[in-house]
Amino acid sequence: MNLSFSPEDLKFQEEVRSFLRENYPADTKRKMDNGIPLQKEDIQEWQKVLSKKGWFAINWPEEHGGTGWSITQKHIFQNELAAFNTPTIVPFGVSMCGPVIYTFGNDEQKERFLPAIRDNDVWWCQGYSEPGSGSDLASLKTKAEKKGDKYIVNGTKTWTTMAQHADWIFCLVRTDSSGIKQEGISFLLIDMKSPGVEVKPIITIDGSHEVNMVYLDNVEVPAENLIGEEGAGWSIAKFLLAHERTGIGGIPHLKREIKRLRDIAGELPLNDGFLKDDDLFMDKLNKLEIDLLSAEFTELRTLAAMSAGGHPGPESSILKIGGTDLQQALSELYVEALGYYAHPFVSEADMASNEKRIGPDFAANVMPHYLNYRKVSIYGGSNEVQRNVIAKAVLGL
Amino acid sequence: MDFSLSEEQKQVQDLINQFIAKDYPFDVREKLVKSEDGFSKEYWKTFGEFGLLAMPFPEDDGGFNGGPVDLMVILEAFGTGLVVEPYIPNVVLSGNLISKLGNKEQKDEILPKLFSGELQMSFAFTEPQSRFDLNDITTSAKLEGDNYIVDGYKAVVMNGPSSEKIIVTCRTSGSQLDEEGISLLIIDKDSAGLSSRDYSNVDGSKASEITLENVSVPKENLLGEEGKALNTISEVIDLATLAISAEAVGIMQKMNELTLDYTKTREQFGQALSKFQALQHRMVDTFMVHEQTKSLLLMAAAKMNDKAADTSKSISALKYQIGSAAKLIGEESIQLHGGMGVTEEMSIGHYFKRLTTIRTIFGNSDYHLKRYSSL
Repeated sequence: MNLSFSPEDLKFQEEVRSFLRENYPADTKRKMDNGIPLQKEDIQEWQKVLSKKGWFAINWPEEHGGTGWSITQKHIFQNELAAFNTPTIVPFGVSMCGPVIYTFGNDEQKERFLPAIRDNDVWWCQGYSEPGSGSDLASLKTKAEKKGDKYIVNGTKTWTTMAQHADWIFCLVRTDSSGIKQEGISFLLIDMKSPGVEVKPIITIDGSHEVNMVYLDNVEVPAENLIGEEGAGWSIAKFLLAHERTGIGGIPHLKREIKRLRDIAGELPLNDGFLKDDDLFMDKLNKLEIDLLSAEFTELRTLAAMSAGGHPGPESSILKIGGTDLQQALSELYVEALGYYAHPFVSEADMASNEKRIGPDFAANVMPHYLNYRKVSIYGGSNEVQRNVIAKAVLGL
Repeated sequence: MDFSLSEEQKQVQDLINQFIAKDYPFDVREKLVKSEDGFSKEYWKTFGEFGLLAMPFPEDDGGFNGGPVDLMVILEAFGTGLVVEPYIPNVVLSGNLISKLGNKEQKDEILPKLFSGELQMSFAFTEPQSRFDLNDITTSAKLEGDNYIVDGYKAVVMNGPSSEKIIVTCRTSGSQLDEEGISLLIIDKDSAGLSSRDYSNVDGSKASEITLENVSVPKENLLGEEGKALNTISEVIDLATLAISAEAVGIMQKMNELTLDYTKTREQFGQALSKFQALQHRMVDTFMVHEQTKSLLLMAAAKMNDKAADTSKSISALKYQIGSAAKLIGEESIQLHGGMGVTEEMSIGHYFKRLTTIRTIFGNSDYHLKRYSSL
């Protein structure tokens, strides 16, 4: 066992830092640092910076444009991205659809879709949940009927993150209703420009528009957009959920946010001193930091096991539960730090404007973030479902 | 020992419940919140006609002699309907300060209009650095001739936008944290030198940032004795803490009901969510916490009613509990609603937002734990 960085690792870390110093767009950094919502263009521009350097699809096999980095290098890279406060990578193409295509797709599909994901030319979204199928994903009803060399797709997808920006959607659809519900599910790629695709916003309790309903009404999809066999959709979905659950904890970002809260506590006026003089508050901050260390090293253990062979298994559910608990606890502690100044409602438009903020500069997106982050214990398989997974697949209950 | 409400109190409870059922469904509330005032001035006058605005005041002041228990009944019922009309800033805070400290002229000028619903007021008692400490005041008032000259800044003043008059805590002597030297001034919102930045809060209520620059206030607008206001301020904030805790208990009750209903109808894995034992236990926990919190609410209301020596300590025990209960019930209700819980469309998220801001208002759990220990 050796948990320290080698000289090569430290050199790599410096290389990443100097790249970020030189190439992270200043305007995007300003927005990130001030809690101003990013536009689609900001995110694309940033992701293309990484693509151009060959540092975007870092986990992919090298033959498809991956980096071939060690676990330690990937860990260093993610931590530096977070330390520089770069935008979170939109996972739907690079971390979700990409791995499905290079694992289950045919050569033609790999050639057609992978370069555009790697180079950030196409924006993907995920069509999994349906109004009646949340935690019970396998009960999904969106129907794809084969007619000649096409599928005719009808149904409704919901909670589709950033569908308003997306060029393509990967969907779980039902191609057969005769057997048990997990059978008869297929994995289909659909062009969002197809006639019959309609996107309607869902506004969440923080007042933001991030998720959508996606209506599919007699949408014609070429049969060559099916990934794997008909009926293989559930196996693919399970593979993908395990992938999704490892990254979902957002540990590097949490490390940065905890450090920032400590800085804030040192500057935020409280009586004739600062918030850091409040022992009860600081105890909570320190306890969170300990919880974060435990989550971080659990993630590293999982990653190390992955690099030794195989893809993440049910253990990734631990990371999802632990990481999302931390995300929520930290978002709550930010609210506590602000006291009354957590209450003013700031719309996305207000955040983007240059008008002086109400309360401390960092206040604007604190309460929205707390409210919005109630979702993290619900999405990606609710934490109740994650516990079922651990009970069943890990403990054998 | 008797925990039951009087006939009059039950009537008030029924009156408000019927009002909410008939005139205050969720979609009406949402329209009011989005309107310019952020609440209904018409409903406010209706509350005046119901006698709700004069309830917790002595008969000598034109009130109905109601006490803390009456206040609890009103606010708990308001909580179940998520009533956004500014009862606490007007009635509980401003009304009580004037009732307790005002001279005849001040009472005659203000109370009748406040009780009929014609006048909107607010109480500006927080500053950016003060957090929950009532004695932390940098806003200064200096007597020059017949006027006080006021300079300072007041943060997150509840009901600031609609107010015609604001009661402002000022320092007339001493330094920032001194308990002596704190005075109250009634200041007209349209006074020269007073500027107000108005906004909405996440819970649908309205508030203002108030800047005071060289504001000249006639000395007859001093409320109570100069420099001696802290005890009464503290007493009134205790009463408001009881009131907002009652609102929270009403919200918790409603959130538990909504969640129970939802889990009975929402099916996953071939059965209603309410059939899963793992979820049943969590709903048992939220049910128990609501009951336990209500017990503390009744305890604190009774202590205050009896003017018990440990009233303030009981209020801090209550508000500490409100903070932790609100977290549990608020967050669990959203979680058990799943994705629907985080949409603007369902009422549950709006109850959650109000319950979340109440965790902070008049002091969060940490503050009241420390205050409880110190008393």
